[in-house]
Amino acid sequence: MLPLRSSVSLEKKLLSFSRNSCPSTITQSLLFPSHGRLVQLKTAVSATGVAHREDDKGVNTGMASTWDLSEPEPLPPGLLRELMPRHVAVVMDGNARWARRRGLPASSGHEAGVQSLRELIELCVKWGIRVLTVFAFSSENWFRPKGEVDFLMGLFERVMESELQNIHRQGVQISTIGDSSKLPKSLQKLLSRAEQYTKDNSQLHMIVAISYSGRSDITQACKRIARKVKDGVICLEDIDEKLIEGELETSFSDFPSPDLLIRTSGELRLSNFLLWQLAYTELFFAQTLWPDFRKTEFVEALHSFQQRQRRYGSRNS
Amino acid sequence: MEVESGYGFRQLFSGLGCSFRKFMFSILSVGPIPDHIAFIMDGNRRFAKKQHLVEGDGHRAGYKSLISILNYCYELGVKYITVYAFSIENFKRQPEEVQLLMDLLVEKIEDLLRDGSIVTKYGMRLYFIGNLGLLSGAVRAAAEKAMRATAHNTRAMLLICVAYTSCDEMVHAVQVSCREKVDETRPLWKSELSGVCNGRWVDEGGKNHSDIQMDEGIPIIKTGDVERNMYMSVAPDPNIVIRSSGETRLSNFLLWQTAYSPLYSPAALWPEISLWHLVWVVLDFQRKHSYLQRKRKQS
Repeated sequence: MLPLRSSVSLEKKLLSFSRNSCPSTITQSLLFPSHGRLVQLKTAVSATGVAHREDDKGVNTGMASTWDLSEPEPLPPGLLRELMPRHVAVVMDGNARWARRRGLPASSGHEAGVQSLRELIELCVKWGIRVLTVFAFSSENWFRPKGEVDFLMGLFERVMESELQNIHRQGVQISTIGDSSKLPKSLQKLLSRAEQYTKDNSQLHMIVAISYSGRSDITQACKRIARKVKDGVICLEDIDEKLIEGELETSFSDFPSPDLLIRTSGELRLSNFLLWQLAYTELFFAQTLWPDFRKTEFVEALHSFQQRQRRYGSRNS
Repeated sequence: MEVESGYGFRQLFSGLGCSFRKFMFSILSVGPIPDHIAFIMDGNRRFAKKQHLVEGDGHRAGYKSLISILNYCYELGVKYITVYAFSIENFKRQPEEVQLLMDLLVEKIEDLLRDGSIVTKYGMRLYFIGNLGLLSGAVRAAAEKAMRATAHNTRAMLLICVAYTSCDEMVHAVQVSCREKVDETRPLWKSELSGVCNGRWVDEGGKNHSDIQMDEGIPIIKTGDVERNMYMSVAPDPNIVIRSSGETRLSNFLLWQTAYSPLYSPAALWPEISLWHLVWVVLDFQRKHSYLQRKRKQS
């Protein structure tokens, strides 16, 4: 019986071999101790070199990188399972600069950025991260040129339409936070449909902050609390941190406070993102522009996170 | 003779250093100078361990470092400085350490109020920001005395966050905002005579309050209302936040106010923070200033 880790390594080597050779179908027999049964998996490599996994009933289960396992994949060398963050937040900055450096329009940068997000979602699913919050569009971004804003709204719709099935297959639950009333109606409907469609998934909870402002989040919590005070549901003296947390837009999440926040492109600020929730979050500022932020850079951020001593104001000793 | 000449050399170097600093600051002043810098003074205990000192001496070294940095900042033209002296979470530390810090705070408040101190040198107004009710009577009395004694100063401001967390500050701001808005509607009722509804309110004297925007029976609370009720509303938002000792997190410090502030985390422990760290941060701030101003104008 092969231990799970070495069977996974063998699988990856075979996939790599199959990608480099002509399109073919190979069958690997792997025994997964956690499942206690022999699973026959066929891996078909398409003409484009992309591997798709089929189960023993011949049903295409999606990308080869999708593991139909209840346990996360082994981590890269140097990362410890027990020190992995449960909730990672990302400010996806640098798309326009990336495009400008290549003499391309900003829209190309945003489209390239989608690839990075796709990879990040897959890695979070593989490595057992529970919540991923992405800052897609801030309330301040509405002041950008109309052409860019319209393009971004269109891009969000296109990406959500094309990626929804893949995201759902990976067991990702989608939620959104932010003032959705400002979004185009078609995007509002699409996001609502995506939330409904994926609500029972549990591999990863992806929270998309769109038209979001940290200060507005706190202000709307204040409004809701004021209404409760006026209606006599609570007294002013009942207002405490727990009450406010319960009224923030992130209150639905099992882990509302990110353990790690990554901001790309070298900018050293939060830009009005999740202000209350970031009280004790470890911040990692990456020089890389978002379209270039891939597995290597994410592993670097995770390494940095795992080196840190989190004290929450007290002492370790 | 040797002692005198040694003293003379020290005076000479000190004078040269001072002249060089003034020259450097005059160059920096060509560019924009941050109005408000906030410091998270982290690393005193680690410094004490590193230098084989007792723990209290690490905090004393940290105080000396603070005075140096304050001198540099005010010389440079920074008007507001905020320091994170003691978090509400720090009360969970060992009682001996908490007591040591409280005693040091009282001692240093008294030092600041003496003639010839940095407070009198720069016409500095002191503010103690936080939930002061959590402090012991003696500490709270010292803080309130310092705020009264410097209330007339207007040239510069030093905001000392003690018994503070940003979440606690926001709880307080939310409570006050709720109280204000709920109280505003108590004497009001809808004008039945005029037949107006949807936001037209008059008080007992018949005065029209149609300027008050309503939402389901209570005045609308805006971001500005919450901001106005923060402890930190006495100063503008920080232009820069500096946390020493290389840790890159805010630890519940000015979460609201630093929404757009660049964050710097030099590796030096707080007692090791020097003029050069400050100069480097200000240079970087100047380099990015016009870009950040553009971003702010977009919002």
